[in-house]
Amino acid sequence: MDWGALHTILGGVNKHSTSIGKIWLTVLFIFRIMILVVAAERVWGDEQDDFICNTLQPGCKNVCYDHFFPISHIRLWALQLIFVSTPALLVAMHVAYRRHEKKRQFRKGDQKCEYKDIEEIRKQRFRIEGSLWWTYTSSIFFRLVFEAVFMYAFYFMYDGFRMPRLMKCNAWPCPNTVDCFVSRPTEKTVFTVFMIAVSSICILLNVAELCYLLTKFFLRRSRKAANPKHHPNHENKEETKQNEMNELISDSCQNTVIGFSS
Amino acid sequence: MSWGFLRDLLSGVNKYSTGIGRIWIAVVFIFRLLVYIVAAENIWKYEHDEFECNIKQPGCENVCFDHFFPVSHIRLWALQLIMVSTPSLLVVFHVAYRENREKHHNQKLYKSPGEIDGGLLYTYLISLILKTGFEIVFLVLFYKLYNGFKVPRLVKCDIRPCPNTVDCYISKPTEKMIFLYFLVTTSCLCIVLNLSELSYLIFKYSIKCYLKRVIKNRQ
Repeated sequence: MDWGALHTILGGVNKHSTSIGKIWLTVLFIFRIMILVVAAERVWGDEQDDFICNTLQPGCKNVCYDHFFPISHIRLWALQLIFVSTPALLVAMHVAYRRHEKKRQFRKGDQKCEYKDIEEIRKQRFRIEGSLWWTYTSSIFFRLVFEAVFMYAFYFMYDGFRMPRLMKCNAWPCPNTVDCFVSRPTEKTVFTVFMIAVSSICILLNVAELCYLLTKFFLRRSRKAANPKHHPNHENKEETKQNEMNELISDSCQNTVIGFSS
Repeated sequence: MSWGFLRDLLSGVNKYSTGIGRIWIAVVFIFRLLVYIVAAENIWKYEHDEFECNIKQPGCENVCFDHFFPVSHIRLWALQLIMVSTPSLLVVFHVAYRENREKHHNQKLYKSPGEIDGGLLYTYLISLILKTGFEIVFLVLFYKLYNGFKVPRLVKCDIRPCPNTVDCYISKPTEKMIFLYFLVTTSCLCIVLNLSELSYLIFKYSIKCYLKRVIKNRQ
C-alpha cells in the first residue's frame, strides 16, 4: 500500500479526463510523486541526525529543530500530493454512480437502454457534459485551491523557498544564542525549487483545463442556440479518434511510471 | 504480509457496501492508511533515539521514555486502523456463507447473495456499530494515555534511576501534534460517516417494512 495504490485509483479517472487532465496526471506521477519517492526522501532522510547545534546542552538541538521545522518539507509535500489527487475521486464516484444507474436500467430491461451487455457499460467512456461537467469542473477548482493553499503554507512557514545553512536559535534550554547547521542545504534548496516549479506548472495546467472546459461549455450553448440540429455522429468520431490517441500516449507514459514505481 | 493485505480486504468489502460505505473506504484508504504509510511512520521512526534527557545517568533515558510512552502513538494508530477495518469482515463472511448455502442446496435461495436484506442487514448494522465503537474507544484511549492530543516539547521525569527531576526533550513535537490532530479529524469524519450510514439504513428499511405492512393490510 503506497503511491502505487493511488496510481491505480486515479488511473481509472484518466479515461474520462480531457487531454490536459491526462497531461496533468502524468506530470503529477512522474515529476512529483516519483521524484519525491526516489530522490527527495533520501535527501531529507537524515535531517534531524545531521542537524547540528554548536552546544553540548542536552535538549537544545531537539528544541531548535522543532522550532525551525514545525513540519518537515517531505511531509508537507506528501500531504499536498494526497490532497491534490483527491478531487479526482469525486469524478470517479460520479462515473461509478452513472454506471450503476445504467446497469440498473439494463437489468430492468429498459427499452431506451442502448447497450448490448454489462461489459459494454463497464467499458464505456462518459463524455464530460451535464452534471459530470459540474463535478469535473469543481474537482479542478478544488485542486487549484489545495495547490495554492499548500504553496502559501510552504512560503509562510519557511520564509521563502531557500534553505539556509545556518540558523541562530535561543529557545530554552539553549543557554544563549546558539548556531545550528542544517544538513545538505543546497541540495534541499534545489529540490524545493524543483517541486515548487512543478507545482506551478500543475497550477497552470489546471487553469488551462478550466478555461478549456468553460470555453467548450459556452461554445456548445451558443451552437445549440444558433443551430438546434447538429450532427452528433460527426462530433463523436473526431473526439473518439483524439481520445484513442490520448489514451495511447498516456498508457505508454503510465507503463513507464508503473515500471519505475514498482 | 503488510498493509496491502488490509487494502485487499477493504476492496473486497467495497462490493457489498452502500454509497456511504464506499466513501468511508475511500477516506480510510487515502486519508488514513496512505498518510500513515507515506508520512506518519517516518516521523516516529527514531523517536527513542532522538528522545534526550539532560543527564548522563545510564538507564534514566530508557526509563523516562517508557514512562511517558507506554504505547507509542504510531503503534496505537496502526492498531486503530486494523481494528476499525476488521468488522467489515463479518459482512464478507456472511455473504460467503450465503453463497455456500446456495451452492449446497443447488438452487437460488436469495435474490442476490450480496444484496443487503434480511440477515445480511443485521450483520451490516452490527459491523457499523462495532466500527464506530472501536473508533471511539481508540480516541478515548489516545486522550487518556497522553493527556489530550498535545505532544509537549519538554517532560520532567524523576523515576529511579534518575537521581533528581530531570528534563527530557521529545523530538519533533510540533510535527507529531499536527499528525495527531489529523488522525483525530479523520477518525471523527469516519464516525460521522458510520453514523449517517447507520441512520440511512435503519430509515430505509423501516420505510420498506412499513410500506409492506400497509400493502398487506390493504389486501
